Amino acid sequence: MGSVRRLLGLIIVLTLVAAAIDLPKIPYWGKTWEFKQGLDIAGGVHLALQADMSQVAEETKGEALTGAAEVVRRRVDLFGVSEAVVQTAKFNDQYRLIVELPGVQGVNEAIAILGQTASLSFREGEDFKPTALTGKDLKKATVQFDQNTGKPIVGLEFNEAGKKLFAELTRANVGKRLAIFLDELPVTIPVVQQEISDGNAVITGDFKVEEAKKLAVQLNAGALPVPIRVVEQRTVGATLGQESVRQSVEAGLVGVGVVAGFMMAYYGGLGVIAVVALVIYALLTGAVYKLIPVTLSLPGLAGLMLSVGMAVDSNILIFERFKEERRSGLSWPVAMERAFGRAFDAIKDANIATVMTALILLNPLDWQWLPTSGLVRGFAVTLILGIGMSLFTGIVVSRTLLRLFYQPRRAK
Amino acid sequence: MKWMQYRGFYFGLSLLIIVPGIAAMVMWGFKPAIDFTGGSLAEIRVTADETGLRKLAQEEGVGVKSVQSLEDGVLVRMEPIDQAKWTQLRAKWEQSFGTVEELRFETVGPTLGRELLMKTITAVALAAGLILLYIAYRFRSMKFGICAVMAMLHDTLVLLGSFSLLGRFYGVEVDTLFVTAMLTILSFSVHDTIVVYDRIREMRKLKPKLGFEEVVNEAVTTTLSRSINNSMTIIFMLLALFLLGGATIRWFVLALLIGTISGTYSSTFTAAPLLVVWEKVVHKNKSI
Repeated sequence: MGSVRRLLGLIIVLTLVAAAIDLPKIPYWGKTWEFKQGLDIAGGVHLALQADMSQVAEETKGEALTGAAEVVRRRVDLFGVSEAVVQTAKFNDQYRLIVELPGVQGVNEAIAILGQTASLSFREGEDFKPTALTGKDLKKATVQFDQNTGKPIVGLEFNEAGKKLFAELTRANVGKRLAIFLDELPVTIPVVQQEISDGNAVITGDFKVEEAKKLAVQLNAGALPVPIRVVEQRTVGATLGQESVRQSVEAGLVGVGVVAGFMMAYYGGLGVIAVVALVIYALLTGAVYKLIPVTLSLPGLAGLMLSVGMAVDSNILIFERFKEERRSGLSWPVAMERAFGRAFDAIKDANIATVMTALILLNPLDWQWLPTSGLVRGFAVTLILGIGMSLFTGIVVSRTLLRLFYQPRRAK
Repeated sequence: MKWMQYRGFYFGLSLLIIVPGIAAMVMWGFKPAIDFTGGSLAEIRVTADETGLRKLAQEEGVGVKSVQSLEDGVLVRMEPIDQAKWTQLRAKWEQSFGTVEELRFETVGPTLGRELLMKTITAVALAAGLILLYIAYRFRSMKFGICAVMAMLHDTLVLLGSFSLLGRFYGVEVDTLFVTAMLTILSFSVHDTIVVYDRIREMRKLKPKLGFEEVVNEAVTTTLSRSINNSMTIIFMLLALFLLGGATIRWFVLALLIGTISGTYSSTFTAAPLLVVWEKVVHKNKSI
């Protein structure tokens, strides 16, 4: 009995913690957690940008795409969008960027800014006067290591025209600053030490390896102008999402109410225990969604509702089994334990099969030959979490509650 | 109960649903959403009639495929246009009809559709293959794996057929969400079938003297009320969502609903009798 009480203690603590997180604001402490809302709920823009790789050598295509993603991400940051997502996607010979901008209103402007080709420029003087030297003249940027200090540096290599321009610029600016700009923002502002005529330059600085790598990628993006164009666009106005969600949540509550009523009507006292387990399930799910956080989208909500059904399923399987064992003349506690034991095989196999499908939908390794749609993934995430938690509430919670509170015919 | 005696009836009932569905698919196919075909779609709130909207769009050089009235707004399907063009078109409409409130605007390039289709087929095939292998392994027999996947195919055909018919008569489209629903139903179908098979597995161990058909009969008798009760809870949830939920997920929920009903039916009345038929065929061959 001791271990059962300990389990009960654990369940109560978990439930209370979850309930506190679920509240809009935790009393006395004041900390809040918010649900993260997906595009289809909060409104916003989803874009697929196709990179035109026709001018890019085969082996540098991947790099160019990463560079373009970096540029787009910085542009998104410039735009001031919080929680934006920028992903790269490659399928067959198509190179794409997937951009999600929740809550963005000025769609025109967003697309115009993101669609521009990355531009690198060199600027001189205190007021950063533009020069003739731009990303067109840069052959490539690489991460190197300083032979004396061993620190990472970024090497620049210019083409013929760039070599000449760079030599002129450095001669005129010895001892002064020569800034490197990406998309109208300074990336680095080194001081020119001497004239450089061989078309090679290095940017020294207190870089970490990661920073140097990032800068090289950014410079390459500027140097490798990959034109991008919009191939898919989904704009959801905030009103549509909110209305749909309010209705769906209400519908879900009605559904849960009907399910709870059905369970209590059909299984009596056992049903009440199942409903208590279901309430604990709902509290835990809400808390986990806030903590991870899980992005709530409409399909995600549907996945959640479906997993409620599956949470009830474990209980029904066990209760039906219990009735059967009782009919064969077993005493109450023996029948209960046996029902849990025997039903477990079916519960395990059935849930493993569901998890396998959900994993294919989730596509965690980001395989490009499987669906990568955010909608599909949102659904898979909620389904997998739902299955995990339904196993916990359906087996651990209801079993503990039953052992402790439901022994009406103990005398038998 | 001698459930398995009536297996001809169960298969007949399935065929009664599946055959018209297949006929509909062959004759009319599906109504693919822009997810598959490429194109632009705009949901707007405006006080204007269809001919007016079409005429002005034509003047802007935008091909309108269809204009559909919703409970609260209008759905316009067009050839693919970019954001700039869409802004122009909206401005043009606003000149004539007053405020055009944009609820959503979507544009999908034509190549994306083919890609999505390929990826979906890959995902379905992979899921079916894995599930077949897993069941064959857990039940120590290919027979169980193959019959479970056939029941899964049954549910897929029911769902596809229904949406072909719904597309023909109610203009319901097949989109990414439908694909998600189909994959979910595959796993639900197997989930339910495994519960029945688990009982057959157990019953065979408990009563080794019983013939296979009697074993299946007993297993079905003991699992039927669980199957129905369980599906009822899911159906309650989905029905509430379908009747009261948001419009954007209505057809998605309906797909899940059809699939759940079919999945419940198929685990008891397709997957189990198929095993019996399989067993009978094998025995006949042996006695010859």
